[in-house]
Amino acid sequence: MGLMSILEVKDFSKHFGGLWAVKNFSFELNQGEILGIIGPNGAGKTTLFNLLTGFYRPDSGRAFYKDENITGLRPYEMCKRGIARTFQITQPFAELTVLENVKIGAYNRIPSSQQATQEALRILETVGLSEMKDELASALPIGHRKSLELARALATKPEIILLDEVVAGLNSREANDMLEQIKWIRTQGITIVMIEHVMKAIMSLSDRIIVIHYGEKIAEGVPQEISRDAKVIEAYLGEEYAFVARE
Amino acid sequence: MTIPSLSLLLQSIVNGILMGGVYSLVAIGLSLIFGVMHIINFAHGSFMMLGMFTTYWVYVLLGIDPYLSLLLSIPVLFILGLVIQRFLIALILDAPEYNQLLLTLGVSLFIENFALFVWSPNYRTMEVPYLSKAVTVGILTISLPKVIAFLFAVILTVILYYFLKHTDLGKAIRAASEEKEGSLTVGINLRRIYYLAFGIGAACVGAAGTLTAPFFYVSPQVGSVFVILAFVIVVLGGMGNIIGAFFGGLIVGLAESLGAAFIPGQLKQFIIYFIFVMVLLFKPEGLFGKAHE
Amino acid sequence: MSNGMPRMRNILVIVAVGIFLVILPRFIGDYFVHLVTTVFFFGYLAMAWNILGGYAGQFSFGHAAFFGVGAFTSSLLQIHAGVNPWIGMILAGIAGMLVGLFIGSLSFRFGLRGAYFALTMLALAEMLRLIAVQVCTVRYPLGINIPIKGNSLLHFQFTSKVPYYYIMLIMMAAVLCLTYVIERKKIGSYFKAIRENEEAAESLGINLFNYKLLAMAISSFLTAVGGTFYAQYYLIIDEEAAFGVMVSIEILLGPIIGGAGTVFGPILGAGVLEFLSEFARNILGGYSGIHLMVYGAILIVVIIFLPSGILGGLKLAYSKLGKRE
Repeated sequence: MGLMSILEVKDFSKHFGGLWAVKNFSFELNQGEILGIIGPNGAGKTTLFNLLTGFYRPDSGRAFYKDENITGLRPYEMCKRGIARTFQITQPFAELTVLENVKIGAYNRIPSSQQATQEALRILETVGLSEMKDELASALPIGHRKSLELARALATKPEIILLDEVVAGLNSREANDMLEQIKWIRTQGITIVMIEHVMKAIMSLSDRIIVIHYGEKIAEGVPQEISRDAKVIEAYLGEEYAFVARE
Repeated sequence: MTIPSLSLLLQSIVNGILMGGVYSLVAIGLSLIFGVMHIINFAHGSFMMLGMFTTYWVYVLLGIDPYLSLLLSIPVLFILGLVIQRFLIALILDAPEYNQLLLTLGVSLFIENFALFVWSPNYRTMEVPYLSKAVTVGILTISLPKVIAFLFAVILTVILYYFLKHTDLGKAIRAASEEKEGSLTVGINLRRIYYLAFGIGAACVGAAGTLTAPFFYVSPQVGSVFVILAFVIVVLGGMGNIIGAFFGGLIVGLAESLGAAFIPGQLKQFIIYFIFVMVLLFKPEGLFGKAHE
Repeated sequence: MSNGMPRMRNILVIVAVGIFLVILPRFIGDYFVHLVTTVFFFGYLAMAWNILGGYAGQFSFGHAAFFGVGAFTSSLLQIHAGVNPWIGMILAGIAGMLVGLFIGSLSFRFGLRGAYFALTMLALAEMLRLIAVQVCTVRYPLGINIPIKGNSLLHFQFTSKVPYYYIMLIMMAAVLCLTYVIERKKIGSYFKAIRENEEAAESLGINLFNYKLLAMAISSFLTAVGGTFYAQYYLIIDEEAAFGVMVSIEILLGPIIGGAGTVFGPILGAGVLEFLSEFARNILGGYSGIHLMVYGAILIVVIIFLPSGILGGLKLAYSKLGKRE
């Protein structure tokens, strides 16, 4: 598998009222990989996602998507180009049905109502929400809401999908289903960046991991390297504890 | 556009500030309600109208001095505000923002048109003998009721400010407006705070009505004139910002008065609206405000 | 849901209602023709508002701005430049749309939402009203009077109410169809997405600014056209009838009461309100504001007990009934 960089971020920096949320953050994303981003709470992970998807403008730094400078583009422009995301706290279209929610995502590439419906139904099938298609999104429990969030983003036919804590809050069966989903997404040729707190999930899925702490990248590498990295251990747990990835 | 004489200019400035004091009182009530409950009270103008009519009828039927009627209009409007909050607004506190706006719109429609039905649309004026005098200060002639209105308005504002800043209840109200969740954890009964806040807000604007009745015309539709002004002031001063509302009121009073001196007819109101839209577009947190989303 | 049987039944119902409405004027007197035309009229305006307010979720408290611009444009063009009112109607629509695009670009560009947007629209309507007041006080103290041309389709004037009835029936049906089409297509789904959650909508590729502006353009155009109809119906307009706050409020009450963001909600609401106001006027008699008191009371009741409007309440009741079985 040849490594082809499809997303390149150079020196992203963003501050809020004097506090740096993200500082000189650079990385490359390779086509087809699963990149995990971990870090303690408040480290700047979601800010990074917001920067990548156009919800925040970086104070400095640039991003390139397939050699196109996408710095400062608005979220809808990012989506049109193929970068989709889910939200940490799910943001469903509450008063619309599950089907309509996903259909709206499908409209990103498909102008026809009928075809969008077909595509939405297809995606609902793959995430296991077909039976709920006529339920109002607001009536769904958390597990299904996360699946809906994922389905909706997938419907936009992205090339990169940013998953913000999709496993958090799920019970172990739901979590396993979600992990299978993510693996399936990769088989569709979609590149994945995921933020996650559930260590087992992210360690087992990711090809590479980046560790962010106080807005800066402190480590980057394959999961095994990361789990033994002293800086990472210190950042999460303080110096006294050793952190071992259990499989 | 006519260029007024110096004395007219000075006159306008003074009148503007005097009226501004009353506007401030109106706006402070509205700002308090918004600050605590995030509700934009469309019915605010109709509360003012009720305050005016209370004073009017009490004077015409019982001969009671308008300023004495403050002792009546303030509690009456307070109770009315409390009742409306308790029985109507409390039911939809969790509803989307638009619904709250529409509810207060419904209340204002009902109150105003009920008043129209009962009291007819005729304009009435209060003829109070000792108030028809004018105070002369140098080259300026100022109407007495306006001066008294300004003084009372400032006094009431100061009382309210003191109440909010230094009493336990007042602090509880401020806590509720700034940090809803936090105030719950320290045992503040939010519902009661809401009743109180709405009641006080209504009482403020009812008092403003009483103070204005002696020199303004009294009619069921008078409320809409003031409610728009109140919105402009509250937006200018920053939603929920009492001090801002006070100074915003003075500014708007001045702007309106000076505008009237330079610009014919109703166009001065145009300027007020224009300022309103400009502030909403470019500085929605107000000239003095903190950002309230 | 498009499977054979219900579809067939829906079409039959629509055709039946259509035929009924077409032959109705023959059987009722002038007064009732006027009443029903007024219902169509407010239903039309309600649906126009609904596109921006109900579907795209941007509640405007100042639609009188477009209504007034429409009425004044076609009337003044007719009086001073002899422009045929039908053409004037199109021009009125365009004028209204331009105003809408103007205020829309400003508002949406600066992210005005919710109550702030509603109030900005109100301020706009008021500013236009004040300009109209100036114009009218100076040049038209008795209001703007459309020159009487008698019974003439060409000049959009009729001595009987019946032709107006049919014209408004057609206009209303047209907007109903438009709403129905919007509801089913991408544009409607995008509007609803914007209404439900702007951030999520943007993350799915929706250009918020463009779509909000589109909703505004359609809504303002149609409302302005309604203004022309009003002018031709009464043959006189003044600044209060055109730009007054009550106009804005009466326009939005229909969708709110009936059910915003639905196809039939606005007409249902407008119909209920109109009949209630006639009722109130006849029973309680006297002055003109009585119906507003009734509106206020209904608004309060609906917001508290039926926040999704009458239609929403009916749907809820229907689904609860369904669950019992």
